Amino acid sequence: MYGGGNVFEATKFDDVQVEDPAKLEEFEARIARGEKIEPTDWMPELYRKQLIRMIEQHAHSEIIGALPEGTWITRAPGFRRKMAQMAKVQDEVGHAQLLYSAAETLGKSREQMLTDLISGKSKYSNVFNYPAFTWADSNIISWLIDAGAIVNQMANAKGSYGPYSRALERICAEEAFHLKYGHDAVVHMATGSPKQREMIQAALNRWWPPIMTFFGPSDKMSTHTETLMRWKVKMASNDECRQQFLDMYVPKIWELGLTVPDPKLKKNMETGQWEFTEPDWDEFKRVINGDGPCNAERLAVRRTAEERGAWVRRALLNPKAKYVRPLA
Amino acid sequence: MNELAIKDLLYKLADDQLILGHRNSEWTGFGPILEEDIAFSSMAQDKIGHSLAFYTLLQELGEADPDTVAFTRNANQFHNSQLVELPNGEYDFSLIRHFLYDNAEIIRFEMLSQSSYEPIAKVATKLKGEVKYHVLHANTWIKNLGSSTEEAILRLQSSLNEALPYALAMFENSKYEQELIDAGVYAGEEAVKTEWLKRIQAVIDKTDLKLPDLATIEPKFGGRYGEHTEHLQPLLDEMAEVFKIDPTAEW
Repeated sequence: MYGGGNVFEATKFDDVQVEDPAKLEEFEARIARGEKIEPTDWMPELYRKQLIRMIEQHAHSEIIGALPEGTWITRAPGFRRKMAQMAKVQDEVGHAQLLYSAAETLGKSREQMLTDLISGKSKYSNVFNYPAFTWADSNIISWLIDAGAIVNQMANAKGSYGPYSRALERICAEEAFHLKYGHDAVVHMATGSPKQREMIQAALNRWWPPIMTFFGPSDKMSTHTETLMRWKVKMASNDECRQQFLDMYVPKIWELGLTVPDPKLKKNMETGQWEFTEPDWDEFKRVINGDGPCNAERLAVRRTAEERGAWVRRALLNPKAKYVRPLA
Repeated sequence: MNELAIKDLLYKLADDQLILGHRNSEWTGFGPILEEDIAFSSMAQDKIGHSLAFYTLLQELGEADPDTVAFTRNANQFHNSQLVELPNGEYDFSLIRHFLYDNAEIIRFEMLSQSSYEPIAKVATKLKGEVKYHVLHANTWIKNLGSSTEEAILRLQSSLNEALPYALAMFENSKYEQELIDAGVYAGEEAVKTEWLKRIQAVIDKTDLKLPDLATIEPKFGGRYGEHTEHLQPLLDEMAEVFKIDPTAEW
């Protein structure tokens, strides 16, 4: 579950100029023709770096994203929800596995990526630094965060890097089920007992501000996306994704009799654009840089899992085996 | 056929799988490698699905619906062996428990698929194919890790020693044991245990682990009739936390 948008602000584009101009031209021509770039093909260093970063962040978002919903597996009410919640969260971990493999084709090992996650060097989707207080929060994540992820991932599935694009196609097919599951759970809550309705509205109120930041800062604030767009690394702008999400889901939220906690939210019929209260980007930056309600807890869980499992990985390691990159 | 004897058997089967499934699901997000995270989650889904199949048979015999039975009883009403309720501990303990449990479960399912009691025979026949993969998973990992590093072997041996008194109590006899055997429902727990010992010994022989002398081990009986460790009630409280907010609601 990844909304993109976190990655682009720090990219330095000076490096492109040192590439062989003939190769660069051929590379760009291939992308313009709609060809996929495969792991052994020539690619600019910046393209490689940017993709590793993006796929890695996506993979981290899947395993960290498994945690807020994962805590509700053991508490899911009734067999139907318990089994579905387990399968849903398992899918997210499976996505991480797929994505780490896709990133590995570019030359960074899974072990190294996990090390960088735990040390705080690599980022993941910022929304998972917020807590899932109740079962209803978990339902809102399953529905709306997965919905947001689909908007972003459907766009990126058309990107130029073959292994990432193929992984995303498989991931989107599964996310579509998550969306149905999340919607079904929210419908039950929103049309249920007064207590259930109160729980789901409270969860929506808590999650709306993080959801509005899910696709990253406004395009006015991000720079250097032009090259990434031309290389089909970034397929849609943050604002486009956000608008598309609002278009698709605000009516569905209203349909359920729920309210969105933003008095300014409305669609401007003349421009066709949604207007809303500008998200608090200072808070976004603060949280992404470590100072959110759950950053420390999320990383601590991951660190503990890595440390407790280290003996298993040592035992599996064959010292004679040579590391081979997967082909995805 | 004595219906009480059948219900007793069904509760034991269903409760074991529900509780172990719940424990397995606690590995989601915490596995030593992602692949194991995913594997334990798959097994959790199977186990809980299997428990639902057996609770459904109980409902057909007049017991309450599966959600009520699973989410509203207290620990002293549960029939699972104590082995499955113990906390996951480290991966070595979870793996050893999985190995000891599933090697017994597959035998029970094989026998029950031939049962004279047709509803159980049908369910067991349908589900045993899934349990086969659980056994394959457990045996593969025990063989791999059980002959790898000194650290892994020590950990697994210590978990094996710790789990065995609980594992042997999986075969605690039913009040209706002889009746079930005489009626051809299945060959009974002693028969399961004898076959189990052969199978786990065969796997352990391929590793650097040692099966302790079982004659010196006192099994931790009691689970089949409501005697549990202090770990079960908190597990059940957690499981029912949301359900009990409004047991009549549709979630």
